[in-house]
Amino acid sequence: MRIQSLVMGVAATALAVTGTLSTAATVAAEELYVPSLSYRTGAFAGGGIPIANGFADYLNMLNARDGGIGGVKVNVEECETGYNAQKGVECYEATKGKGALVYNPYSTGITLQLIPKAPVDEIPILSMGYGLSAAAIGEKFPWTFTYPTSYWSQMSSILKYIDSNGGLKGKKIGFIYLDVGYGKEPIPLLDNLAPKLGFEVAKFPVGVKEMQSQGSQWLNVRKERPDWMIMWGWGAMNATAIKEAAKIRYPMDKFIGNWWSSAHADLKPVGDPGKGYLGANFSGIGTDYPALQDVIKHVVSAGNTQANPEDVGNVLYNRGLFNAVIVAEAIATAQKMTGKKVITGADMRVGLENFKLTDARLKELGLEGFTGAISGSCADHEGSGAVFIQQWDGSTFNKASDLISPMTDVVRPLLEEAANKYVADKPDWKGQTCG
Amino acid sequence: MGLLNEIFIEPFILIADIPDLFIQTLWEGFVSGILYALIALGFVLIFKASGVFNFAQGIMVVFAALALVSLHTKFGVPAWIALILAVAIMGLLAMGIERIVLRPLVGQPDAILLMATIGLTLFLQGAGETIFGGEPQSMITEELGLPTGATDWHVLGGRVTFQHLDVAAIIIAGLMVAGLALFFSKTRIGRALRAVADDHQAALSVGISLNQIWVIVWFAAGIVALVTGIMWGARSDVSFALEVIALKALAVLILGGFTSIPGAIVGGLIIGIGEKVFEVYWGGIFGGGVEAWFAYVLALIFLLFRPQGLFGEKIIERV
Repeated sequence: MRIQSLVMGVAATALAVTGTLSTAATVAAEELYVPSLSYRTGAFAGGGIPIANGFADYLNMLNARDGGIGGVKVNVEECETGYNAQKGVECYEATKGKGALVYNPYSTGITLQLIPKAPVDEIPILSMGYGLSAAAIGEKFPWTFTYPTSYWSQMSSILKYIDSNGGLKGKKIGFIYLDVGYGKEPIPLLDNLAPKLGFEVAKFPVGVKEMQSQGSQWLNVRKERPDWMIMWGWGAMNATAIKEAAKIRYPMDKFIGNWWSSAHADLKPVGDPGKGYLGANFSGIGTDYPALQDVIKHVVSAGNTQANPEDVGNVLYNRGLFNAVIVAEAIATAQKMTGKKVITGADMRVGLENFKLTDARLKELGLEGFTGAISGSCADHEGSGAVFIQQWDGSTFNKASDLISPMTDVVRPLLEEAANKYVADKPDWKGQTCG
Repeated sequence: MGLLNEIFIEPFILIADIPDLFIQTLWEGFVSGILYALIALGFVLIFKASGVFNFAQGIMVVFAALALVSLHTKFGVPAWIALILAVAIMGLLAMGIERIVLRPLVGQPDAILLMATIGLTLFLQGAGETIFGGEPQSMITEELGLPTGATDWHVLGGRVTFQHLDVAAIIIAGLMVAGLALFFSKTRIGRALRAVADDHQAALSVGISLNQIWVIVWFAAGIVALVTGIMWGARSDVSFALEVIALKALAVLILGGFTSIPGAIVGGLIIGIGEKVFEVYWGGIFGGGVEAWFAYVLALIFLLFRPQGLFGEKIIERV
């Protein structure tokens, strides 16, 4: 009798536990799960922290203000990558089974590892303005997106800016870059455009171990005397490069960082000597937008952020926030197109190809003038590709140009060539046909 | 023919054409060398006293500098009091390391102690990021009274610039080395430390306290780390990326010898000046970026021909 009772008790307990678990699973399914591959530790944390904060705060603001997206709460779960490709893949593997809708790796190295996994697991990758430039070609990379632009397009926009400020022909362009996949990404484009547009390129690689010891590179800059310097740096490399440039008295208004090399975190340690430094950007600066005010009201003031309140509105915080805006718009589009509230990674891919972030929609979101209009499409996975140039005044950045479109006529064929090359040795690679 | 030209002719033409750049390169190399030597000094101190290669020296540099900056900027402590408190923190850290990490491992093989310092590195990384945050911070250079600005020397039709901070770094490093040399050679504790370095058991048998010596030597290495962090941090900023610079010190130690303070200085200077000159005048042959490997290749060559380094002791073990 006792044994029978015991067996019954165990069975009842098991049933109860199973029931609880299945209820929990149902609850978990009623959410939009967005993993955030962040890096709050390590050598690149200075950039990783504000981005992760901006990304999480916007989606949490939607949860607090609107009850989520389409009535479903967004669950943002961070996984620490330390900007390390191996750890990034571990994070991907650990979270993909939880119903991940999209991955935002914030590292070209991690992106390159995830690109072949995306079609297999049917979870899209949004490498916003970074990663593999060739992924802009939607026919070849159905699961990867680089909205609002690719490295190659943005490099061409920077070259256009230089061209409109004294011309490119006959000039020597210095290119200082972090000597990893990210930093080397635009080199094929530079090498291709140099003879076509009549300029010369001098390259200055900076190893990860030399990020804070760049004396040699800047002695070489002094030797080569480039007319303009372009930087593809990240993390601690940026502030050191700008300080070294100031040391050799390189004119700051001829020194342009890309959108990962021109943030408050890079210039604050430099201060006044960095006055005049230029940088590319594609997201607004400051908190003077209704959407940012909502973030402050619902998340920051409520104490539900990891950000320092004074960092809200800074370049990288707003970059992370903009990334979250694209994710949210793609989710909303996917919900409308599929009629489902809780979508899958495959639905999200459709959303990323069909969202329309027009000027009117930006205004509706409380982000008027924050960025240029972007529309998703099957063939074009990078969007408009436009950037503007901002300038450091010693304490903050100010807009120094209108949006500059890329040299699409030159860059697009090169992107197509690179995309074809990428898939050439992958016989099982699945592309798509766009009408 | 083109390659021979790039190796044997063009660099020397460039030196003759722009002699001020050559002087500037030598100066930058000299400053870098002194700073490498400072990091290497921290390793040497601990290796001399315990035979342990302290893998945690790099993170100690970051930890010490972050403690100093955070005390001032986050807690509003005046700069000079923050400096004293940072020294005290490094003292407490030394005591904690001796009590918790080293004392239980007395008599264990060197490899175990090396592993313990790797563990210590991970602990300090996590503790540092938890306490001080992961964002880079600006060194409080002016608040500490360190000079800023630069002086130009117009020479040979060109200009050589001396950053005042670099000059200060050299003076401070020089004073520190002189102080440590006097400490080791003239004080009772210094002599006891050398005795411990030679033979732990023999030192214990004549009444030298191993625990006390280890606390002192880790504390000294902590102060060296703090000074290094201030100097490197002032040149760029204070971030966890500084930790990897310490790896350069490994090459410095192989050149100079693991137990020699003069060796750390000379090794640092050879690598500092060597990598700058090689990068600027011969780097183009390799597509640039030679600074990333120059020190290690040089160390490898030294290992082949003089494994004990320039000033290291030749150890002969009979088996």
